[in-house]
Amino acid sequence: MSADGPVVALVDYGAGNLASVRKALAHLGAAVRDARTPADLDGAAAILVPGVGHFQATVALDEPWRRAVGALVANGVPLVGICLGMQWLFEGSAEAPEVPGLGLLPGRAARLDGDVKVPHVGWNALAIARTSWLLAGVPDGAQAYFTHSYAAPVTADCAATTTHGVTFASAVERNGVAGVQFHPEKSGDAGLRILRNFLDRAAGR
Amino acid sequence: MLSKRIIACLDVRDGHVVKGVNFEGLREAGDPGALARRYNAEGIDEVVILDVTATAETRQARANTIRAVAGELFIPLAVGGGVRSEADAEAAIGAGADKVSLNTAALERPGLIEALARRYGSQAVVVAVDAKREGARFAVYARSGRATTGRDAVEWAREAAARGAGEILLTSIDRDGTRRGFDCELTAAVSAAVNVPVIASGGAGSFDHFVEVFTAGRADAALAASVFHFAEHGVAALKAHLAKRGIPVRL
Repeated sequence: MSADGPVVALVDYGAGNLASVRKALAHLGAAVRDARTPADLDGAAAILVPGVGHFQATVALDEPWRRAVGALVANGVPLVGICLGMQWLFEGSAEAPEVPGLGLLPGRAARLDGDVKVPHVGWNALAIARTSWLLAGVPDGAQAYFTHSYAAPVTADCAATTTHGVTFASAVERNGVAGVQFHPEKSGDAGLRILRNFLDRAAGR
Repeated sequence: MLSKRIIACLDVRDGHVVKGVNFEGLREAGDPGALARRYNAEGIDEVVILDVTATAETRQARANTIRAVAGELFIPLAVGGGVRSEADAEAAIGAGADKVSLNTAALERPGLIEALARRYGSQAVVVAVDAKREGARFAVYARSGRATTGRDAVEWAREAAARGAGEILLTSIDRDGTRRGFDCELTAAVSAAVNVPVIASGGAGSFDHFVEVFTAGRADAALAASVFHFAEHGVAALKAHLAKRGIPVRL
């Protein structure tokens, strides 16, 4: 439980409970800083945007947040979004069409469809789409814990896909920007490995 | 494909695991944190702490138990028993629970479901329904099965989901503790009526009971307590059995 690792800014915009994410990062030795304003991102080695719930909640990540995050990403600071935080990396979501996403990744989240229960709740398999730093060491078919109703499309940025009614992007990565639709902090060893990869990227390893 | 979840229930009283537990030969006897660690190592998909003490003055004790269990797990953790208000839910979630399970409080004050779903998201709100066969229907009971409510289980599950419950934890009072198998008819009826996951509970006594509830019972998850405490009923062995029967599980 040392805290001598890189400082991870955990973006707190009021979308859900951050205790589990904080606990998992601390378990891996990260120094976690709750970021409640864009100024709290100063000096962070990495940015984590968590979040559960309605895409409307990301409206709290307004222009000052977008500028601050964008500036750090441009400087090579790794950014990972979890669940709603991953969808925010895209251009937007059908769940709240008037709320713009950060737009670092092309595409928009859409509602899950098909002869399945929605929300998609539980453990499902990751089909690894290509090599990525985010999923290094995570075997094809590893399972992760999901809880969501909307999902991002499969694009060139897709690092893993998952199928529930439709096939969607369960992990994305473009350079230092990455996201997971599932909850790595709730996904056992596979999830901890992904968070470890994020911290390694933050530490320049 | 979405896996069928196997959930371990820790019945806790005054900080100790109770009810149907065969502790013989187990060093971790009664210690919720140690039991959670063992289940996690065996591949359990989720843990539920059911606090059967459930009085207001035990909120702090409950928080200590939740912290001890949450510290062992990087999988979902739900807490039920005595979650009767927003303050109870806040204390449980603050201590590390991912979900709270409402039962009697939701029946008495259905608006609590909406209030918690608004505050924490539907994924954090489980509504527990205790049901008993009455003729061709299933009646909902409150207060740990002691009080009638006049409600129908299928209708109540549908209302709870509409109000924002993210999952239904469905217990058959008739089967609970009998080891005669889950009530698949009850489970299938509720599962067909709601679009949220249904966790079947009550009656697990063999691996094939889990096969039945995931097929005929259309359950999305199954919960048991004592069945996992026996060596021959380990979580890993159960999952291997289910996989052999073609049921998708996380191995």
